[in-house]
Amino acid sequence: MQCTQCHEREAVIHLTQIANEQVQTLHLCEKCAAEKGVETSSNLGKTPIGSFLATMAVGETGTEDAVIPACTACGATLVDFRELGRLGCPHCYTSFQEPLRELLRRLHGSSRHVGKRYRASPEGAEAALVEQELREQLRRAVAAENFELAAEIRDRLKVHEENQGTGRGRSVS
Amino acid sequence: MIDFSLLADGGMGWLDASGPQSHLVLSTRVRLARNLAGRVFGTRTTSPIRLEILSQVEAAARETGSLRQATLFRLEQLDKIDRSLLHERHLVSKELAGLDGDPGVRPGSALMVQGQVGAMLNEEDHLRLQALRSGLALEATYQEVDRLDSELGQRLPFAFHPEFGYLTSCPTNVGTGLRASVLIHLPGLVLTKEISKVLQGLAQVGLTYRGLYGEGSEVVGNFFQLSNQTTLGKSEQELLDYLGKMVQQVIEYEEEARRVLLRDVPAIVEDRVWRAYGLLRYARTISFDETMNLLSGIRLGVGLGLIKNVGMYALNKLLIYTQPTHLAVAEGIAPDDPELGVRRAREVRKVLEDEAGRRG
Repeated sequence: MQCTQCHEREAVIHLTQIANEQVQTLHLCEKCAAEKGVETSSNLGKTPIGSFLATMAVGETGTEDAVIPACTACGATLVDFRELGRLGCPHCYTSFQEPLRELLRRLHGSSRHVGKRYRASPEGAEAALVEQELREQLRRAVAAENFELAAEIRDRLKVHEENQGTGRGRSVS
Repeated sequence: MIDFSLLADGGMGWLDASGPQSHLVLSTRVRLARNLAGRVFGTRTTSPIRLEILSQVEAAARETGSLRQATLFRLEQLDKIDRSLLHERHLVSKELAGLDGDPGVRPGSALMVQGQVGAMLNEEDHLRLQALRSGLALEATYQEVDRLDSELGQRLPFAFHPEFGYLTSCPTNVGTGLRASVLIHLPGLVLTKEISKVLQGLAQVGLTYRGLYGEGSEVVGNFFQLSNQTTLGKSEQELLDYLGKMVQQVIEYEEEARRVLLRDVPAIVEDRVWRAYGLLRYARTISFDETMNLLSGIRLGVGLGLIKNVGMYALNKLLIYTQPTHLAVAEGIAPDDPELGVRRAREVRKVLEDEAGRRG
C-alpha cells in the first residue's frame, strides 16, 4: 500500500484518527509519519519487520551479511529477507537462527514456542527415541527372562504407540 | 459465475447474529498458518511447485472430516467478479484473489470451504486454515480450526521447528501460527472520541486492530477487527484467553460509552441514529462507504433500543449485499456502472421497508 501523503513510498504506519466524528485511517511511510510527528519507535509492534531491519541496518554495508551465508536449502539471503520481509523456506529458520532468534524475541517477547506441537516434528523424533529405548529394555528383560518386567514394558510400548498414532516418519518431497 | 448455493449459508453462517455478544461482535475468526516441510515458502514458489502443493493438500484434505465435502475454488480459473465475490464474503484474502494489482492470481491459488471451516492454499503460507463464527466465540472457533489442523497434520509433513514452532513465511506469524480476530462495532467509543485511547491501549498490551477486510484495510462503518499481534512464546489457549479478556474489556468500554452518551446527550444520539435511518430509508443514490457509516448509526440505534423494527441479521446481510461486486451481480450491471449508487439506495430502502413491515 502506498503512503497516502507522498504517494511515493510504501506505507508502514497505519494511523487511525477521528476527524469530524469520522474514523480516518492514514497510511503513512516512515518519513511522512515522522513529519506528522507520529512516534514511529512506539509503533515497534506495528511494523515489526521494519524495525528489525532498522536494527540490522549495520549490515547494509555488506560486512555483517557477508558473515552469514545464504540459506543452504533455498539460497535466500538476509538481504532478500530485508527487502521482502519474508523468509525463503523453512530451513531459513535454521540458516539464520542467530539473527532470527533475536528478531523473534523483539517481535514476540520470546523465541520459544510453547503451544501445540506437531507430531511428525522433532518431537516425533523424540518419541522414536523413547520407543527405541523401550524396545531395548524389552529385549534385555526378555534375555534376562524377567517376564514380569517384559510384560510391563510391552504395555508401556503399547500405550506409547497409541499416543503417537500413525503420524510419524513421513518423507518430505 | 460461482454457485454459492454449493456452500452452506452461502459461506455466511457467521452473519446470522446468533452468537454471543452479537449486538456488538459481528464475528470471530481464527486462522492457523501452516507450511509444508522441505518446500520453499509462497513468495519463492514457482507454478509447478504451487500446483504440486495444491494437489498434495487437496488430497490430504479430502481424507479429513473437516474438509471431506469441501467446495474447492481454483482462483485462477475464476474471473475477476467471482474472485471479488469471494473476497467480499471474507472467504479469501485480497492477495490470494489477485485483487491487489501485480502479479494477479498466481497458479495453484485455491480456497476450500466446508461449513464454517476453510483453507486458503498457496497464499503467503502454503496453508491458511480458518474458521469463522457468529459473535464472540473464540474457543469454539479455535476448536474447529484446531481439529482441521490435527487432521491435516496426520497426513501432511508440516514445517515445524522444536524451538520456533510452526514455521511461516513471515516471522510475525511463527510459533502457533495463530491469528484470532474479533470483528466488533464500536460507534460509542468513536462518538465519545475514546477510541484512539482504547486502540493505543490495545497496542500496548500486544494486540492490534485492522479494518473490515483484514490486513491493510480501512476502518469503515466503525467496525474494528481486534486480534493478537504476537504468535510465539504463548500457547494457543493463552493467546485466546488474553484476546478474549481484552475484547470483553473493550465491550465494557463501549457499553459504558453508550450509557454516557444516552445520559449526557440523548437528543444528539437519537438525532444521529434517526438521521442515519432517515437517510437510508429515503436516499436515492448512495456510495458503499456512506452506506456503511449510516448502517453503523442504525446498528447503534438497534443496540440502544431506539430502533425496534430492524433486525441485526438484516443489517449484517446489508454489509455483504451492498458491496460493489455483490450489488452489481445481483443487479446484472458492471461493478463500475455509475448506476450502482442508485441501485444500492433502492436495495437498502427495500430491506428497511421489508423489515419495518415485518416487525411493525
